[in-house]
Amino acid sequence: MTAKLSAKGLTLIRGERCLFEDLEFALSPGELLLLEGGNGSGKTSLLRAIGGLLSPESGEVLWNGVPVQQQRQEFRGALVWLAHKTGLKGDLTLLENLNFETSLRPQADVDTVSVYERLGISRLKSLPLRSLSAGQQRRVALARLLLADVPLWMMDEPFTNLDRDGRKLVMELTAEHLENGGLCVMAAHQDVDIAAPVKRIVLQ
Amino acid sequence: MISDKPSQPGIFRGLYATTRRDLLLAWKRPGDILNPLFFFAMVCTLFPLAVGPSPEQLIFFGPGVLWVAALLATLLSLNTLFLSDHEDGSLEQLLLSAQPLPVLALGKTLAHWLISGLPLVIISPLLAMTYHLSATVVEVLMLTLFLGTICLSLLGSIGAALTVGLHRGTALLSLLILPLAMPVLLLGANTVSLAADNDPYATGIWALGAYAVAALSLAPYATAAALRISNE
Repeated sequence: MTAKLSAKGLTLIRGERCLFEDLEFALSPGELLLLEGGNGSGKTSLLRAIGGLLSPESGEVLWNGVPVQQQRQEFRGALVWLAHKTGLKGDLTLLENLNFETSLRPQADVDTVSVYERLGISRLKSLPLRSLSAGQQRRVALARLLLADVPLWMMDEPFTNLDRDGRKLVMELTAEHLENGGLCVMAAHQDVDIAAPVKRIVLQ
Repeated sequence: MISDKPSQPGIFRGLYATTRRDLLLAWKRPGDILNPLFFFAMVCTLFPLAVGPSPEQLIFFGPGVLWVAALLATLLSLNTLFLSDHEDGSLEQLLLSAQPLPVLALGKTLAHWLISGLPLVIISPLLAMTYHLSATVVEVLMLTLFLGTICLSLLGSIGAALTVGLHRGTALLSLLILPLAMPVLLLGANTVSLAADNDPYATGIWALGAYAVAALSLAPYATAAALRISNE
């Protein structure tokens, strides 16, 4: 069975404003869904609606052809979420933070040492996270994607606070994930240069 | 890559992991534990100073004062339950976790009770001495506080989840929780008073136990639902 994410008739109203109406997309393995638009255009809201954090006014999101409302737990197990806020605890060290996250998931067959090496965070392992810079913290958050062996990556502005190498790294990692048959939904207002089939949704 | 995946870790793993993480966080910030405890100790020691040292009066007021102080100390510590998780985004991660949210919420509530409820129970005999309560009455006090703080932590987690998205939700949180917490306070304080008067008191303890069991089985679901609503 190949993983497939799609949506039909998605409408979201926040307050008085209709952010999007009757939105449709279908994403197959190896494809990237890029959500574009200016500040306040509803990229994050759309991402949250796909992830199930926001319930849309109408329409539904389907995972492998089944509405996610009918398989919430399975869908959540298949996605990893990287939001604007890193979701990491400043008082805990890198290892304590990431160990907590991996302990909630099935044991993945991932070489943690090489993940830390690749992200350039291996010498920060025992420092409390609040002593790291914003960019370093974002790199730690990226480790979440690599440590979880799941098909769907959902990222909200993954380039925030990252230096040039970091931005390149995010694109490389995403491209590799897509090559391995993964799916990715990304909200970004910067240019994204990823060598993979890209579908775009431009929000007004 | 979907097929032959390793199975999900069991729910006790999720419960253990969240409790452990919150205890670790509290360990790194001991002020969070000490604040409610100080509040409890101060109210309980200041009261006899204000009303005078007559033993009859103190035995009469003691159970009520100890219980009201415990209730307020618990309320004081509740608003931080989900607040920092909300601010740093880890609440979103919990909401999107493959583990059932009620279990994770229960893990956080359990940690909250271990941090702010259990210490109250442990120091209560010391404070009960100021009120001339006898050894049997202190036992009853500890037992009722033990069950009562479990109820209050669980009820409080619902309120904390409902008010997590609001600025300055503390007052609202207290208003939401107080009606539900009233039976706990009445049962707890009256049971200890009955014990102090050498009257039969077992019914109160059973009733508190029943309340705790009901809260334990229902509150995690309510908390999970409230967290989802306040995060929309």
